[in-house]
Parts: sequence; structure tokens; C-alpha cells
Amino acid sequence: MKKKLIFLLSVFILYLAPLKAVTYNSEPKIFIQELVDDAIKTLSDKSLTEIEKNEFIEKIATENVDIKALGLYTLGQIRKDLDEKTIDTYQNLFQKYFLKSLTSRLTDYSSQKFEVLESEQKSSNYTIVKSKIAESVKSPEIKVDWRIYTKNPQKPLIRDLIVEGLSLARTQKEEFASILNSNDNDVNVLIEKLSEFISN
Amino acid sequence: MGIKKIQIIIYAIILNTLLILNANAQSENECFEKVSRGIFKFNQGFDNVILEPVAKVYNKLPEPIRNGTGNFTSNIATLLSIPNHLLQGEIRLAGHATGSFLVNSTVGILGLGNPAAALGLENQKEDLGQTLGSYGLEGGCYFVLPILGPTTLRDSFGMVVDNNYLDAFARITWHEKEIKNLSGSKIDYVGVKAATAVDFRGDNMTNFESLEKNSIDLYAATKSLYLQDRSKKIKNKSSSDDDAWSDLDK
Repeated sequence: MKKKLIFLLSVFILYLAPLKAVTYNSEPKIFIQELVDDAIKTLSDKSLTEIEKNEFIEKIATENVDIKALGLYTLGQIRKDLDEKTIDTYQNLFQKYFLKSLTSRLTDYSSQKFEVLESEQKSSNYTIVKSKIAESVKSPEIKVDWRIYTKNPQKPLIRDLIVEGLSLARTQKEEFASILNSNDNDVNVLIEKLSEFISN
Repeated sequence: MGIKKIQIIIYAIILNTLLILNANAQSENECFEKVSRGIFKFNQGFDNVILEPVAKVYNKLPEPIRNGTGNFTSNIATLLSIPNHLLQGEIRLAGHATGSFLVNSTVGILGLGNPAAALGLENQKEDLGQTLGSYGLEGGCYFVLPILGPTTLRDSFGMVVDNNYLDAFARITWHEKEIKNLSGSKIDYVGVKAATAVDFRGDNMTNFESLEKNSIDLYAATKSLYLQDRSKKIKNKSSSDDDAWSDLDK
């Protein structure tokens, strides 16, 4: 009971305490370096609780990842046949799903050293920022490319992470497509699976 | 007619069938999804009970031992890369791979060290599946093999031909053929393949855990990653899905 009270109190305090507004440089390469440095610093801060760390990650992700576009992309062509209400329901669940899995992934890799290498402008809308996670005792060096949406040059947004040449957005899209294909393209089955993941 | 000739005829028929089917073959298509999902579950069980625990113990070994194992298996794999570089017309890479194998097998003490990398010799892994892919042959349908894992029609065909004809190490060990006074046994072959698998599993411990934890359909996620990885290795560049993103921006 005491533990529950402390937990509820912590959540309450967190809701009351306004989170620091985080703004990063608009140049894609610096933007990624600042954002990842910030994330690693927060995740490795021993004075912060897990809830505080997750809140911070969710905040920077909501502000700097194009979750809405990612949600539509992962839905594939079926999005064109869905009504607005279904899309809204899906997007709401997708955001929760994305934030939950992102927090988990970042926690898995947060102990490793990160370095931004270079950036390559693919078009006026996209820049690829190349980076690497340094070799550690646990794993070899990992190359990570970031697909940055730069339609608004003042506010770059992350749309995809390409780890060792493998796109996470594409993997997600194909995972969702498999669920849809196995269920006569019924988006409600996908929505149900997302809900299950969030509640677990 | 000798068994060898019959084998060659069978391979020719399979390759021909693959080429004919190629026009409609999409790797996203499944050969037999229900069976593959069953085999995938079996492989997960094998991983949970054998591979993962062994890889966890392996990861606790001193770094020089793990590096030596990785270098040793990688050096042996070079024997398969050399003929495939040649089949792809990549003379420069074939030269690099040959140089790398010679330097590592001698100066590197049977491949335990990797002095070739310090000399700037590239050692890019190639197999017949990649070679056929570089000729424009699509993967064909996708399926999962027990223990060996994800594959496609093209890649499994390539694997059989590699094992029987192109891979000198497999010829000496699995097929027990003596080449230049070198001989081996099936146990040597299985031992090296097992070490390769454990080394790979150990290197990717966090990646496997993260994927398992964050997938709502692990079978589909694994399939996507396998197909993207093969595409990257064939094209020698990262997978790109620019068209799908552009479609979204319209």
C-alpha cells in the first residue's frame, strides 16, 4: 500500500511539474547530435526515476519525431480506404505504441557511445544523417542513419532510423502489412494488436 | 550416368525454373506461410533452449577469445566469397579477399588474427544467392528452414550449390574431399558453422532482445529484416523506400 501511495504521488508530482521545453538546432547534423546527447544524458542520469526518464523520452520524441507521418507510412496503401475516425483511432494507438517501443529501445542502447559522422541532403524534403554507435563489450560498432524530414527547415523531424542498412519504419510497415494480409485487410485487427501491446 | 551429372542436371532444372518464375516472383510472397511460422516457432524454441544460453556463456569469455573466434570463422567464409566475387566480375574484391585469406591464414595464425584489415584489405562476404541477385534474379518466395532460419528460393538454391561446388571449406570437410593434402570431416564443418552462429548470436544479443520485446508479429519483422539485409548485400547499399515516403508527401 505504501509503495502504491509513493508511486501515485510521484505520478501526481510529475504531472504538476512542467517539463523543461527542449529545442534543438535546426541544422540536421547538429540536431541529431544534440538530441541523442540529451537522450543519453537523461537516460544515464541516476538521480532520475524510470518514470521521469520515460516522460522525458516521450516528450522529445513527440516534439522531434514525425509520429503522425510514420503512422500513416506504416499503415501502407490501406490508409487511402479508411475513414477519418478509424485513422484517428489508429493514429492515437500508434503514437502510444511507438512511444512505448521507442523508450524500450533507447533504454537498451543508452549505455553506448554515439557519434554523428556526416549528413547528405537527398532532396529539399529529406536529409540523411549518418552516425554510429561505438563498439562495446556487448556488441560491435553499429551504423545508424537518420531520415530527417526538412520540409520546414526551421523544424526538422525524424521519420526513420536505418540501422546497419535496415529501415525500422519499413520493418514496422511490413510487420503491420503481414497482420493486415492475414486478416482480410481488417484494420480493426491491427488496432486490437496495438492495444494489446500498449496494455502489456 | 554418375551421381554428379544427375546433381548438375537437377540444379540446372531448378535454376531454370527459378528464372522462369522470376517474372512473377516477389520475395514478399510466402511459399507456405503456415509451415514457415511453425518452423519459426521451432527455431525460437531452439534459440531459447540452446543458442541463446550458449551465446550468453560465450559473451562472458575474454574479448581476445571472442575476437579470435569471429576472425577465424570470418576467414574461412572468405573461401566462399572469392569465387562469388569472380562470378560477379568483382576482380578487385576477389583480389582483396584472396589477399585477406592468405595474410590472415599465415601472419594471422590460422585466421585467429585479422592483420589483413590493418593492411586495408577488404573482406566482404558473398554467396551464390547474392551473385544470382546481382544478375537480376529475384528472391522468389520466402520460407523458413529448421535451424538455418529465413531464406528464399534463390538463396536456398544458392546455399546448396555453394555447399556442393563453390565453398572449398565445405568440399574439404562436409564432402570429405582431399584438396592439396588438406582433409577434414563433417564434424569440422558443423563445428565452424556452430561457432559462426554462436558468435553472431552473441554479437546481437541486445538486438534480438529488443526486436522480440517490441514486435507485435516477430515472424513478419524477422522476414522484413532478412529481405532488407539480402537486398542491401546484393546492391551493396542501404535499403531505401523513398517512393513510399514521397507518396505520403503528395
